Amino acid sequence: MKLKLHVWRQKYGKSKGYFEQHDVDYVSEDMSFLEMLDVLNEKLLKSAKEPIAFDHDCREGICGCCSLTINGNPHGPEKATTTCQLHMRKFKDGETVYIEPFRAKAFPVIKDLVVDRTSLDTIIQSGGFISVNTNQPQDANALPVDKKQADLAMDAASCIGCGACVASCPNSAAMLFVSAKVSHMGLLPQGQPERKKRVLAMVNTMDAEGFGTCRNFYECEAACPKEISVRFIARMNRDFLKASLSKED
Amino acid sequence: MNLDAKIPSGQIKDKWDKYRFDMKLINAANKRKYKILVVGTGLAGASAAASMAELGYQVEAFTYADSPRRAHSIAAQGGINAAKNYTNDGDSVWRLFYDTVKGGDFRAREANVYRLAQVSNSIIDQCVAQGVPFAREYGGLLDNRSFGGAQVSRTFYARGQTGQQLLLGAYSALSRQIGKKAVTQHLRKEMLDVVIIDGYARGIITRDLVTGKIESHWGDAVVLATGGYGNVFYLSTNAQACNVTATYRAYKKGAAFANPCYTQIHPTCIPVSGDHQSKLTLMSESLRNDGRIWVPKKQNDKRAPSQIPEDERDYYLERKYPSFGNLSPRDISSRAAKEACDDGRGISSTGYGVYLDFEDAINRLGKNVIEERYGNLFEMYERITGDNPYETPMMIYPASHYTMGGLWVDYNLMSTIPGLHVIGEANFSDHGANRLGASALMQGLGDGYFVLPYTIGHFLATNKLEKVSTDHPEFKKAESDANQKIHKLLNINGKKTPSEFHRELGKTMWDLCGMGRNEERLKKALEIIPQIRSEFWENLTITGVNEDYNIVLEKALRVADFLEFAEVLVWDALERDESCGAHFREEHQYPDGEAMRDDEKFCHVAAWEYQGDSTKPIRHVEPLVFEDVKLAVRSYK
Repeated sequence: MKLKLHVWRQKYGKSKGYFEQHDVDYVSEDMSFLEMLDVLNEKLLKSAKEPIAFDHDCREGICGCCSLTINGNPHGPEKATTTCQLHMRKFKDGETVYIEPFRAKAFPVIKDLVVDRTSLDTIIQSGGFISVNTNQPQDANALPVDKKQADLAMDAASCIGCGACVASCPNSAAMLFVSAKVSHMGLLPQGQPERKKRVLAMVNTMDAEGFGTCRNFYECEAACPKEISVRFIARMNRDFLKASLSKED
Repeated sequence: MNLDAKIPSGQIKDKWDKYRFDMKLINAANKRKYKILVVGTGLAGASAAASMAELGYQVEAFTYADSPRRAHSIAAQGGINAAKNYTNDGDSVWRLFYDTVKGGDFRAREANVYRLAQVSNSIIDQCVAQGVPFAREYGGLLDNRSFGGAQVSRTFYARGQTGQQLLLGAYSALSRQIGKKAVTQHLRKEMLDVVIIDGYARGIITRDLVTGKIESHWGDAVVLATGGYGNVFYLSTNAQACNVTATYRAYKKGAAFANPCYTQIHPTCIPVSGDHQSKLTLMSESLRNDGRIWVPKKQNDKRAPSQIPEDERDYYLERKYPSFGNLSPRDISSRAAKEACDDGRGISSTGYGVYLDFEDAINRLGKNVIEERYGNLFEMYERITGDNPYETPMMIYPASHYTMGGLWVDYNLMSTIPGLHVIGEANFSDHGANRLGASALMQGLGDGYFVLPYTIGHFLATNKLEKVSTDHPEFKKAESDANQKIHKLLNINGKKTPSEFHRELGKTMWDLCGMGRNEERLKKALEIIPQIRSEFWENLTITGVNEDYNIVLEKALRVADFLEFAEVLVWDALERDESCGAHFREEHQYPDGEAMRDDEKFCHVAAWEYQGDSTKPIRHVEPLVFEDVKLAVRSYK
């Protein structure tokens, strides 16, 4: 299978980027998208050209490293699939493919297709946890949790922190990411004592980190490789409003 | 070299409790005077860094990834064991201890394994308190399932994403400490060396992967939580960046490397499809709870699986191991798959695959039950292969997955270098010659939450450490060594890429030192590896400069260490002239093909001491004494 690739190249964060064209003819349908780029990189290296930098690690769709915008879609055309799990059988022979980094103000480019997503970690550090030190807590079964609630919390907790929601949003909002963590913890009894404090802190940090506001486009849900529902955004908004109105200090 | 395991005296069930009382403490106000460097932020590293910061130590956490949450612990699917006995099926701390020692084919240290079984219950309690959303039953209590190598249901899980949820739990605890500025995080920095001053590990050298800057960091203790070396086989279930550099560098500075030949080959991975392949994807072992493994009885049977009638199928695990069947331990299941394929009965286009069939389970339980249990795994399989496992059996084949070997540590989890502690997969301690399913998560978190935070305090309280700074000549020397090595790599100007060398090494290791090993092939490997290595240093190509985000240089540095380390692995495999667990020497097997141990000669840990680049390392021995478990032939029949 042959493809016409247009790959975003950018030497440093502050340098000017451009699309570089590569016509490739070696693509087999069993290759993953990243393996297709691996082969291109080996060819570039063999001809003493600098390979294309991109983030990747586990290659099984769970670490959240991979972050390519393929033909305008974060993680490419297949629903509920990370870039590393996207396989070339989803493309047609002769197709033109544009490959870009995840684009957002809060995700500055480091090089080529690699972006800096530490802003997401900063949000978690401001409140995305339950404050319990390592010690000898009560027996795990001393606190039964309604299965439905636990399952819903797990739906939210399955976020891999890739940032596709941000990259897909016309406003570069991180609402889906933040609401997933707020909901995961807010749905569980363990998360109740800090529920208000958590949502206020995380939303404030999100704003400070330069993410945009939510206008209900729902592009995030469509792009999310783990199919996290926008209902969690509604849940977070409710929590945020409640917390804002009942702030004690 | 002194391999004193420092196992506390007393009855096995009292050792840890008594030892915790005997250990010296550091006054709460004094803890903040000590700085601890933690390398790696997976389950072991993140849990240790968070727990030590909570105690009041200054902690610096290092990862080569862009976030602590990316560590490969995140990919563990199946679950985590604990001896809670919630299912009332006869489990206990003793049984978990026994199963782990037996599963490891009696090549693990009893006292360490018992402690692991003891802390297993606290891990579950801790994780639930953190908000880890484990699977629950309708009554709201935690659900359990059975897992490879065990006859009780002691595995806790969060869908097929247990590793992810546990890592995010540890990551959130770590994030809380980073937010409080109790932990300093260093992202996209890879450790290149450990610095020894006056006999103690007092710091590390890192390379900033974005700027190329070589930096020194000092500490009062160093903790390596840098995972395993499964990528020595090139293709493995490990993440792309997983490497041996941190532990191998420590070995070159004097830390003994224990049992490097114990490498686990996982039975249920998606088979290789072509040369472009960059990794092998694991399909959780939990699938073996409901899937049945088979190959055609006839050789070279090219019929579609649906065309092969029931009586022409060989459900070989059920046939050979009736009491454990499809849940037999990993080493046994992997070898059985290899045997079937070597016998010409393998499936898939390459002949290296076996079926994992869910038809019976779907007929018995209904498609919706199977979907609830394994839905995400089935989807993942279909994405990769294009086949729908609800309709046609999965194809699987063994792949390198986990390494039981690692840096030698004593009961305190300290290596032979004072101050250098090693936790999680990076150490050798608890799994003997074979790890049971759902035990890696348990060990990583056990070490990080419940063992190291105690033992490191004892180390700091009982050793008088002088103040050091990164101006010390040892730091300057290590920096200069790292710079020189990088300079050398960048100036070879050859023709072959780091990946080509890595692939060549991996193929050599898989063919000559993989699932089945013998003297002849191992000796051949010892001839080939130095050849690949010397070609590497003469014919490597790297583009760009050090002072950049240079992905080729990053890879070359890792491959350079794999090329040296592989030889230690093969020496260990050669000199362990017995079969045990995952280390299968074809010369030593029972007539039915089972592994034959030699307890007279090899009931010990082999720990290798570095002797210089062109000299064979010295093999030291720590005898294993079994006081509470009787050595027996491991049988799963």
